Amino acid sequence: MNATTHHWLRLLAVTTLTLWPSCVFAADPALDAHSYPGPAWSPYVVGAGIGVLSWLTFYFSDKPIGASSFYATVAGLIGKLFARKHTEQLAYFKTEPPSVNWEFIFVLATIGGAFLAAFTGGEIANEWVPQMWRARFGDSVALRGLVAFAGGGLMAFGARLAGGCTSGHGISGTMQLNVASWIAVVCFFIGGIAVAMLLFHF
Amino acid sequence: MIDPGKAVKESSVAEPPPIAPPKKIISALIFGLVFGFLLQKGGVGKYHILIGQLLLQDWTVVKVMVTAIVVGMVGIFALHHFAKVNLHIKPTKLGANIIGGLVFGAGFALMGYCPGTGAAALGQGSWDAIFGMAGLVAGSWLYAELSGTLKKTVEKWGDLGKLTLAEVLHVPRGALVVILAVVLTGALVALDRFFPR
Repeated sequence: MNATTHHWLRLLAVTTLTLWPSCVFAADPALDAHSYPGPAWSPYVVGAGIGVLSWLTFYFSDKPIGASSFYATVAGLIGKLFARKHTEQLAYFKTEPPSVNWEFIFVLATIGGAFLAAFTGGEIANEWVPQMWRARFGDSVALRGLVAFAGGGLMAFGARLAGGCTSGHGISGTMQLNVASWIAVVCFFIGGIAVAMLLFHF
Repeated sequence: MIDPGKAVKESSVAEPPPIAPPKKIISALIFGLVFGFLLQKGGVGKYHILIGQLLLQDWTVVKVMVTAIVVGMVGIFALHHFAKVNLHIKPTKLGANIIGGLVFGAGFALMGYCPGTGAAALGQGSWDAIFGMAGLVAGSWLYAELSGTLKKTVEKWGDLGKLTLAEVLHVPRGALVVILAVVLTGALVALDRFFPR
């Protein structure tokens, strides 16, 4: 290793070690995720469950688990209601015609499954503003709604461009050793960490 | 959006069946219920756990994802070896994967839920997910509006076609599955040691 590389590596190590704790361990406990309840089940049990569920969706439905195309289907179905011809001539809907398909039902059922889990576990949140958001940005539903809407918009656009979301690329694609998915999931986290740090630390 | 009416040529796309056949609906219903149940039990419908991951405070999301990848990968490739399942490889398009991925990440941090966990959040009564889901529909529409141009530009940049890690690394697929399963399991053990949650 030459002197320059060594110098840069040391600089990287020093900045990481000094900056990281100040970024990660918030001085205010209300801005620390650990101040709020953890998951009901072990992440390894849940992860293994999702892995096995993938075998089943591949075997029985010939489908990888995915969520983001649901929103495109909803957009397309609404579009067809108001401007049928315009919707049908859009390039995306020519290759992915919107219909009440497997993915559509799957995501609707996801909402129901989460309700069952929260209900049986006594974890129904029933809130318009999450606690950790409130600790940072106050209890305005309008502000939370606006940012969530903007975030959703960016996320769907990004998912369609990248070809999938945290489920379709992040889990289903990576497990099939798909290069696109590994690139996408790394970029999800780079973009996500950068913006989350900006939101909560500056 | 104004209906352009006769100005637009009739779509040549065959009309898809308006509703999927019953067997498909039932399987999607059961699998979706299980998926939502697992997501909520795993805590990944909770805002603080998702944003906590992006703030590198809480490692639940990565633990769930990596475990799912290891278990899923071993099973899918075993089933594929015995010709029981088809693989569903999406094409690698460097420009679209990278730009789309970064935009997705930025949106993820703002909304605090991703498309699947947003559905789970709604199910558990985190009503702010409704705004995010409306945004997801709007963003999908925006993409569809621009898809003609995007397919001719960004999505052409670095289009490598369907590509797997085995081909890139010149490693036999079976060997790579075993290596990756060991490496990722090791990473989980290390992660659990340093970050109990």
